[in-house]
Amino acid sequence: MSNEHKDIDDHSGIETTGHSWDGIKELNNPLPRWWLITWYITIVWAVIYMILMPAIPALPGMGTNTKGLRNHSDRDLVAAAVVELKEARTEQSATLLDASLEEIETNRDLQQFALAMGESLFGDNCATCHGAGGRGAIGYPILADDVWLWDGTLDGIEYTLRHGIRHDADDDTRFSLMPSFGRDKLLSATEIDNLTEYVLRASGQEHDTEEADMAAELFQQQCASCHGADAKGDRLQGAPNLTDQEWLYGSTRQAIHDTIYNARNSHMPAWQDRLDDASIKALAVYVHTLGGGE
Amino acid sequence: MGQTTLNIHPSAGKGGPTPPPPKDLYAKRQQIYPKLAHGNFRLVKWAVMAVTLGIYYVLPWIRWDRGEGIPDQAVLADFQSEKFYFFFIEIWPQDIHYLAGLLILAALGLFLVTSLLGRVWCGYTCPQTVWTDLFIWVERAFEGDRAARKRLDNQPMSVNKLARKLGKHTVWLIIAFWTGGAFILYWHDAPTIARGWFTGDVPLSAYWFAGILTLTTYFLAGWMREQVCTYMCPWPRIQAALTDEHALNVTYRYDRGEPRGPKRKTESWDERGDCIDCDQCVQVCPMGIDIRDGEQLECIHCALCIDACDQMMTKIDRPTGLIAYDTEVAVAARNEGTTPPKYRLIRSRTVLYAVLMIAIAALMTWGFMTKATIEANVLKDRSPPYVQLSNGSIQNGYTLKLINKVAEPRTMIVSITGLEDLSFSVIGFEHTGSPTQPIELPVEAFGVDRYRILVSVPAGATQRQITITVTDKDSGEADTNRASFRGPN
Repeated sequence: MSNEHKDIDDHSGIETTGHSWDGIKELNNPLPRWWLITWYITIVWAVIYMILMPAIPALPGMGTNTKGLRNHSDRDLVAAAVVELKEARTEQSATLLDASLEEIETNRDLQQFALAMGESLFGDNCATCHGAGGRGAIGYPILADDVWLWDGTLDGIEYTLRHGIRHDADDDTRFSLMPSFGRDKLLSATEIDNLTEYVLRASGQEHDTEEADMAAELFQQQCASCHGADAKGDRLQGAPNLTDQEWLYGSTRQAIHDTIYNARNSHMPAWQDRLDDASIKALAVYVHTLGGGE
Repeated sequence: MGQTTLNIHPSAGKGGPTPPPPKDLYAKRQQIYPKLAHGNFRLVKWAVMAVTLGIYYVLPWIRWDRGEGIPDQAVLADFQSEKFYFFFIEIWPQDIHYLAGLLILAALGLFLVTSLLGRVWCGYTCPQTVWTDLFIWVERAFEGDRAARKRLDNQPMSVNKLARKLGKHTVWLIIAFWTGGAFILYWHDAPTIARGWFTGDVPLSAYWFAGILTLTTYFLAGWMREQVCTYMCPWPRIQAALTDEHALNVTYRYDRGEPRGPKRKTESWDERGDCIDCDQCVQVCPMGIDIRDGEQLECIHCALCIDACDQMMTKIDRPTGLIAYDTEVAVAARNEGTTPPKYRLIRSRTVLYAVLMIAIAALMTWGFMTKATIEANVLKDRSPPYVQLSNGSIQNGYTLKLINKVAEPRTMIVSITGLEDLSFSVIGFEHTGSPTQPIELPVEAFGVDRYRILVSVPAGATQRQITITVTDKDSGEADTNRASFRGPN
């Protein structure tokens, strides 16, 4: 707008902005003083902030963002907070280290602490596979029931947590290997079909009796060494009970056939290198109390 | 109001009427210099100030023994352990409706008092009034009474003026700090907070709140004063709906005062009113208004003008009470020469408020007497909703929270029913009998204990609900909860 043609509003005697809409003009009133002062303060504050705090991102050639005089870093604050949290937990964690798993579970105070700690650890580390509350999924055992492949006692659960299952990097890991009877051509297609019917019968499902009978001898030769002559499984080898209703990989004819053909040898990492002893103990107690601890 | 920016009439230009001069959008505040009044109401106000401030400052220091491990502060809002203590009353978060009830009672009490006696709350007990009164007292101590204060403010700055002003603000800030400091004592053990304040052992929030309240006290009572009542407070507006012409209010009896005017000693009292226009009622008014203009929003009914007027009436040998607590109907009646109606204590609205207050108080007392001292909350596991055990039975997991509102540890008997052949176990506890029988669980004094419970039924159960009953072993007091039971069927 040029200053030469100042348009003064007749009614109020105040200069207008020069804009006119259907004869309606806008008065060029000065900004309220409090508003201006506030605005100036924010400008000054912005400059101070830029000097004190990280403000300018890493532009080409700068390498890093500006750090500011206060050298503030949210990342460092989080790291410090994590260290602080660990220190704060040390005292109570120590009480877990001194107590046996049974003591932790039966002592009210220790139990409450272990369960609270275990719940959050479980959510962070275990629930990805085993589901919230240990509800399980296909291929990932339910931890809230009383069916255990290896061991459902407090000590057994702790051992599994420490060393994992089929975890190559740990010499003490729980280990067993089921052969891939079909893929490795150990058995013929007919034999696998017959075995499938045999297993279906063992768990009380609909089956072909004739084919199942034909596999009886084969089962004793090939399977009984691990799953037992009565097909009730063997905890020492992590061989599941084939006569119950619990099926880690599904109980359908197709699923059982696939298992015999390809074998299922799933992994669980060893946690003793990732979690401290108190955490593992808390987790063991937590898992044990989920519903099926022995 | 501000001038319009719309120039609607084209003719309003050159040939039109001269525009009004631009006005300020806001009226500037006129500093008020209330003069010290002497009289009965002033005495009452001093007494009320002493009592209310005394309660506020002293209350958090009073101790009340509740037993081992429980705070012994008589009045304490303990956010850390989520409890509110008031002498013999302990309120848990679950009992928060008592607090709502108390607030409703307080509101109704205010309504009742207002419909009977007008704004006595504003005039005598409102914190804004009390602290402003205290601050004006300090101001008077440093700068003198009305005339001296006015003179001082009009003087150029001098050592004397600076010293007086500095002294006043220092004392104001000390009182303000004391006020803000006393506030935080209500939220934590007072001696601990008071000690920790100086050693830095209190949380930052304590400093924040004390600081904020110091500043609000200083500004509201020192600087803003009557503007708080006139512009910020909603009560004067609500007031209009609650008071009526039958309520006792501080009233100028114009029937007796008018026509007013200065009077020479020789003049006769005939043919004129008792008001001699001495302006005393205006000078003592902390709100800076003239009571003779009638009922007005700004008037807080502090009755100081009654004191001022009575003093003057006595001096000129006229009966006191030209300004007095009176009703609008009475004054109007006398003005018309009729007999004023008697003050009516019992009116439909006062009866209504009183009845409501009694009803709510009775309800609360009844609720408090029969308040449950145990409470059980059942939280069902959401994940997994159920599991099937190896023998085919269905199991659901629950978290049971047992609340003991008594200051002694108690044993509670938990029984679970509602499903056929139901059995249950509590993690960490051996069932003494069979797993279908009730189990005894300890609950700590004045605390909450959590237990993990596993409930199972044989395969094929179709019922969907269980009932969990918790009974105090000694008193038999019980709480029953229902929870859902999930299964594949």
